Amino acid sequence: MMESQWLLSLGGGMLAGLSALILMLFNGRVAGISGILAGAMQYKTPWRVLFLLALTLGWATMPAFDALPGWPVVLLAGLLVGIGTRLGNGCTSGHGICGMGRLSTRSVVATLTFMGMGVATVFFTHHMF
Amino acid sequence: MKLLTSVFAGLLFGLGMALSGMMDPARVTGFLDLAGAWDPSLAFVMGGALAVFMPGYFLLVKPRRLSLLGEPMARVPAPVLDRRLIGGAALFGIGWGLVGICPGPALSLISSGQPMILLFIGAMAAGILLVDKVWNRVLEKARQHRIA
Repeated sequence: MMESQWLLSLGGGMLAGLSALILMLFNGRVAGISGILAGAMQYKTPWRVLFLLALTLGWATMPAFDALPGWPVVLLAGLLVGIGTRLGNGCTSGHGICGMGRLSTRSVVATLTFMGMGVATVFFTHHMF
Repeated sequence: MKLLTSVFAGLLFGLGMALSGMMDPARVTGFLDLAGAWDPSLAFVMGGALAVFMPGYFLLVKPRRLSLLGEPMARVPAPVLDRRLIGGAALFGIGWGLVGICPGPALSLISSGQPMILLFIGAMAAGILLVDKVWNRVLEKARQHRIA
């Protein structure tokens, strides 16, 4: 069970990496989801909307969420993710895959920062309170 | 053609998210929970993604001036480490740690119709708008004011 999860994670990651490579190689675009969403909201060209629609379609076979906190926390988290990725110019995909993949110093620093803050936040919410 | 590759890339990305476990918030927080029952398997998501993207980037993308479909390659930002980058990444990390959802999985999860996911996406969109429409404009006004 453990091993198959690692393999699924590896395979899923490879598909995401392939997606990012295809988008950059064919279209010259960065597969950063927060950036694509922000661009789609200021609708300029249809590619971002189509990419996001394709992203959302069809993969509804996800596990049940039993671990989501109450709505005020979800609201706050969503706001922080929106503000943070906009100010910091990227999220797990843009910095973590595309930026780190081209060895960008900015993206390595950003990825270490959000991973570190993620770890610190989970430490506080799971072990302090 | 450009739109077709966008759709294909979106489908691949969504499938990758679904397989990888990134759409399961409990596993994401388990991955970030170094002090608890740490589940390191999600490290393989980034590992797998980089194993494909990095060699592809250096061998196929970097030597090109235009993409295969003749589009200009995305501009690479100047290598400046500023407060905006680090502060933004820190805020994102806090939000990510609070619920275990980042933007890609959040949008992939929209089809679940879960009210909490919709709330998260709505709040995320509001945060994006707040920076793009309010924060950036205030900064721009202040900059113009200084110049004038």
